[in-house]
Amino acid sequence: MIELAGLTKRYGEKVAVDHLTFAVSPGIVTGFLGPNGAGKSTTMRMILGLDHPTAGDVRIDGKHYDQLRDPMTYIGALLDANAVHGGRSAYNHLLCLAQSNGIPTRRVAEVLDTVGLTAVARKKAKGFSYGMGQRLGIAAALLGDPRILMFDEPVNGLDPEGIHWIRNLMKSLAAQGRTVFVSSHLMSEMALTADHLVVIGQGRLLADTSMADFIRENARSYVRIRSPQRERLLDVLHEDGVTVVEAGGDALEVAGGKAERIGELATRYGIVLHELSPQQASLEEAFMQLTAESVEYHAHAAPAPVPRDWGAGWKGA
Amino acid sequence: MSTHQPPMPQAPAAAPEWQAAPGGPYPGYNSPIPVVRTHLGHALASEWTKIRSVRSTMWTLGVFILLVVGIGLLAGFAVSGSGDLSGQSPLTLGFFGLLIGMMCIITLGVLTTASEYGTGMIRTTMTACPSRGRVLAAKSIVFFVIAFVVTLVTVSFVAMVHASMLKGHGASTPSGGEWLKATVGISLYIALLGLLSLLVGSIIRHSAGAITIMIGAVLAPLVIALFMNASSLEKVQKALLEYSIPSQMGVFYDNTLSSSGPTGWDPLWIILGVTAAAYAGAYALLQSRDV
Repeated sequence: MIELAGLTKRYGEKVAVDHLTFAVSPGIVTGFLGPNGAGKSTTMRMILGLDHPTAGDVRIDGKHYDQLRDPMTYIGALLDANAVHGGRSAYNHLLCLAQSNGIPTRRVAEVLDTVGLTAVARKKAKGFSYGMGQRLGIAAALLGDPRILMFDEPVNGLDPEGIHWIRNLMKSLAAQGRTVFVSSHLMSEMALTADHLVVIGQGRLLADTSMADFIRENARSYVRIRSPQRERLLDVLHEDGVTVVEAGGDALEVAGGKAERIGELATRYGIVLHELSPQQASLEEAFMQLTAESVEYHAHAAPAPVPRDWGAGWKGA
Repeated sequence: MSTHQPPMPQAPAAAPEWQAAPGGPYPGYNSPIPVVRTHLGHALASEWTKIRSVRSTMWTLGVFILLVVGIGLLAGFAVSGSGDLSGQSPLTLGFFGLLIGMMCIITLGVLTTASEYGTGMIRTTMTACPSRGRVLAAKSIVFFVIAFVVTLVTVSFVAMVHASMLKGHGASTPSGGEWLKATVGISLYIALLGLLSLLVGSIIRHSAGAITIMIGAVLAPLVIALFMNASSLEKVQKALLEYSIPSQMGVFYDNTLSSSGPTGWDPLWIILGVTAAAYAGAYALLQSRDV
């Protein structure tokens, strides 16, 4: 269980994390979603006591991180796969971490086996590919067999096989009753793994909901219709009790999957249809709408126009 | 991980053996791994593994031994071949190798802390051991012991070689006090200088920057003093010369660049004070800064 209460981090004027309050429960995978620069990593660093919060509080099973005497058996974290001394072998890297927490040395071989790095255990970490580095980071997180696991963008830069492996790993860890907290900026990835969603944008909490609710609310299906006999079609649908929404252009939209019914009605009344297509709004779209206001770094298709009063302040000075 | 458990919070009665497990009222997975209350000993073991498992340790210490022994033997041969020490102690010849060799100890000291910032390892370290003071203490102790032992063994070896080599070349027989200063004394000094470098590395968080600062601290006073020829600056020049690190090292061999200034064991107390101040500064910064 991770509990955040009004957690805030300011860097000078810039607010990176703004009064975040939510809890991460055991037994499920909780997805932590937000665009780049939303404050996900900063939040995770504060959970781990690496950064000091400007205000607010974060507790792990009721304790502050620095009160944990053997933190690796409480919480295992993969923050940054590169947080390794490249000159040290995978085995020695894990060994020094195990020693610092009094974890039995045999666990090093066990986790190396779990992540499939046994063959390269004595090789220097700087020779590792990105995926191998990610696996080493996950091995470090699993070392203490912790109750809580936290992964920051674990699938970034992995090949499909690695992504598949991480997804299954996270699900099995949660199924054992552990708390699994995983960040991503990809809604599609979260839809496949997470049971619960926490969405932030510009450091603020935008949503804290179960995945099922999020899908129910946002993944709406509808039928898109275009017809040259638009008014007639509207009358017919209205008589039949079908609610129609006018979409952009000359298109109409009907919520739900009623394409067959509409097609039959049109035939019966001899209405010409130019389009009758079932549509599905993706979760990705829903996520982008949710965070559209708060995206930190927009890419511009065209160069931004120069404001009309550009240079006015300079001239006046 | 072999114990598969139902996904949702379990009834506490179902698992009496878990009662001492972490989490108390908080439900969730309970590991079969025994819970250990960690202490400084764990951090020391971890830092020992870290320092022995990177190649830079072997390199810097290897070059250190090579320089101290090599230059020491060369100096010994030069004197035994041609000259006469005219009543000086044979131990003074150990000074030259150490003067260059200390750069290696400075480098290793800086790398012990600063390289973790360069590689990002520090975040892993601080996550594994949230007590930052404990991490700094463990690093300091492990490094200090290694630096002291390696320096003591190397310097003592060179001193014994010099003493036997130069018998009958006009060298005096060094007293017990002279032996102590030229072995244990100078080793403590070098190890403290290395520890100071480690602390500067922790403050600067950048290997190249910290090494530059430390080498500057060693050389700058001498170089600056060379250019202070104005008579009004005579006192400053003298102080810079006397209190420069090479000159203070010479005190352990009664081999100073000047007749006044620190004598006896003074240099050791000076570097002890400076290192203690740097430790306090590094500790305070470590506590207050984000990793």
